[in-house]
Amino acid sequence: MRLLAAAMLLSAAVLAAKPAPRQVNDAAVVAASFPQTLAEFGFFADDAGTRPAAGVTPYRLQTPLWSDGAEKSRYVYVPPGKQARSQGDGLLVLPVGSALIKHFAFADKLVETRVLLHRADGWVALPYVWNTEQTEARLALAGRRIDLVTPAGQAISYGVPNKNQCKDCHNLAGITMPIGPKAYNLSAQWLAAFAKAGRLDRVPQVSRRIPLWEDRASAPVAAAARGYLDANCAHCHNPQGAASNSGLYLGWLEQDSLALGVNKRPVAAGRGAGSHEFDIVPGEPDHSILVYRFTSTEGGVAMPELGRESRDSAAEPVIRAWIAGMR
Amino acid sequence: MRMPKTIAATAMALALAAPLHAKTIDVAAGEDAQTRLQEALILAEPGDTVQLGAGRFLLTDGLSLDVDGVTLRGAGMDASVLDFTGQKGAGEGLLVTSDEVTLRDFAVENSKGDGIKSKGADNVVYYRVRVTWTGGPKETNGAYGIYPVSSTGVLVDGCKVSGASDAGIYVGQSKAITVRYNYVEQSVAGIEIENSRDALVTDNFVTRNTGGILVFDLPNLPVMGGGNTIIKNNAVVGNDTPNFAPKGNIVAGVPRGTGIMVMANEGVWVSMNRLAHNPTAHVLVVAYPKPFTDKAYNPLPRSVVIEENSYVGGGDDPQMPGGPQLTQMLGGRLPPVVWDGVGPSQPIVPEGMSFLSLGVPGPDAGMAEARPVLIDRPQPGAMVAPGRFGASAALDARARP
Repeated sequence: MRLLAAAMLLSAAVLAAKPAPRQVNDAAVVAASFPQTLAEFGFFADDAGTRPAAGVTPYRLQTPLWSDGAEKSRYVYVPPGKQARSQGDGLLVLPVGSALIKHFAFADKLVETRVLLHRADGWVALPYVWNTEQTEARLALAGRRIDLVTPAGQAISYGVPNKNQCKDCHNLAGITMPIGPKAYNLSAQWLAAFAKAGRLDRVPQVSRRIPLWEDRASAPVAAAARGYLDANCAHCHNPQGAASNSGLYLGWLEQDSLALGVNKRPVAAGRGAGSHEFDIVPGEPDHSILVYRFTSTEGGVAMPELGRESRDSAAEPVIRAWIAGMR
Repeated sequence: MRMPKTIAATAMALALAAPLHAKTIDVAAGEDAQTRLQEALILAEPGDTVQLGAGRFLLTDGLSLDVDGVTLRGAGMDASVLDFTGQKGAGEGLLVTSDEVTLRDFAVENSKGDGIKSKGADNVVYYRVRVTWTGGPKETNGAYGIYPVSSTGVLVDGCKVSGASDAGIYVGQSKAITVRYNYVEQSVAGIEIENSRDALVTDNFVTRNTGGILVFDLPNLPVMGGGNTIIKNNAVVGNDTPNFAPKGNIVAGVPRGTGIMVMANEGVWVSMNRLAHNPTAHVLVVAYPKPFTDKAYNPLPRSVVIEENSYVGGGDDPQMPGGPQLTQMLGGRLPPVVWDGVGPSQPIVPEGMSFLSLGVPGPDAGMAEARPVLIDRPQPGAMVAPGRFGASAALDARARP
């Protein structure tokens, strides 16, 4: 392992001699400040944020969070000399100094980049908004509304979350945590490569993996639907999340059908319940609150509460089919 | 380090009262209020006050506060208005997720979801805050006006809420709660204490709601076993607004014209309230009426004590099956206290007082099987008052120093 790390350092040193790959600015990742531009972190070798710097590894999720059809690219950074740790099905444990970086683009133009930084006192989430020239992304602590057109052709007021809203979703028992890189939502191949590169201590044992979203037509409908709910709902709807008081828990590993919403009455849904009485009525998607809220775009009704201004027409049939097939 | 307890407590109180670098961040109404106010709420540090100027803050998204020990203060509940009429996203107007926060002297209007929600926010104070849906009672209004949940230490004092499509003031899954000196009108429930313990609800004025004050306990929630709650000295008057809650909500089942309603719960003390002109019943005590599978949940009300209260009118137009026949039988109005009759534990009333049991044979039997009977010689029960209840004195001091 030492040898490998040394070899990587060496190759980084060699590369650094050339004009290109910028180094990640480890100090910016861990310092207790909010860098004003994304470039200060040095996560990318170019100003346009297209080429990851040395040590910044692209990854994808089996089934991702849907954000009005934004095209996303994800990167993970683990500082030199450190390693991520596997913990079974769950989140990869990323050491202090690590970062997760996510680009959001529409029509091949970057709109925002969200970073999660693992500092000594915990994870910090920050949103950066790109300029129209695509040369610089600046910190938007208070979030932003941006008018744009989704891939489905709908004009929306896209919401860049503010720093607190980042935390609303990334909050587990009051602590900010990453959401995406859980072993069950990463491919076996990627995990193996990440471990082989020395960035991960070992390949985690995954009991059951979320299917690839593109393969949803051939995957069992329950697996596709549950994978989608995990990625899109379970960050709040889990016993330690922002929606803990609802008693509705939509994580991939949840086994209690009542907690999953089947014949469960709402608690504090307010008008979010519409005229329906249960979160999921088996066989009846049109009478299920879950479908009602997930297909609404009205503030106070729509779920997720943040990050969705339009309807996910690809996911709706999957969720409906799953509920329609329940007995 | 060892420190005598009193010194440690004093040091702590001082630290909370006057942090070393406490500062005031002024935010005025006007252009780009959303960004300026949200930034102030993010950059505030423990001990700071974010001071709203007078005027109307036109907001496009929900606001949130996640820093411990911050005070958000306006120039008065009618002077500084956070106007969410143009809100696009988020589930509430203002969300608080940090501890020791004080919210005072401002208003929230027309939020798309709840008005102000504080979750997992211990020792929160709401003082002279107003939450209003300006179009009157409507199903499309937000559910809760003031909504502290999953917290220990809650004080809601001197606030004013109108138009909530669920509860004006709703405290859920919390403990050590005081709700006092508030005015709630034209909401489905005026004040609701749900799955909570050690609450004191006192000196509130609730009028023109569907139901005045509700104390509920529901199954399948992370926190259950509500009780040890005192409802006293409230004016519960003329709660006669037709129920406008969306159908799926538990409060959609509250009969129009209910004064104080206790559902499930253990140990609720209803004392010295003034109940006037609540047309279904002044006090209604019931079991949770729906099927459930949660083995840890007790659907029955236990040790509910209805002490001396004053009753004026009411019970003359009860919204329940067979209501007109019942009122006719009983000489024009139901007695002030009505119990569904489910379970062995009837409400405890003062000697000589009679009450109506609807004689419903079981929790999910429904009114069709009801065999109403006037219980004119109630079994005496122990009038045991709850133990410790209410928010701590430290919270009092933040509202009314």
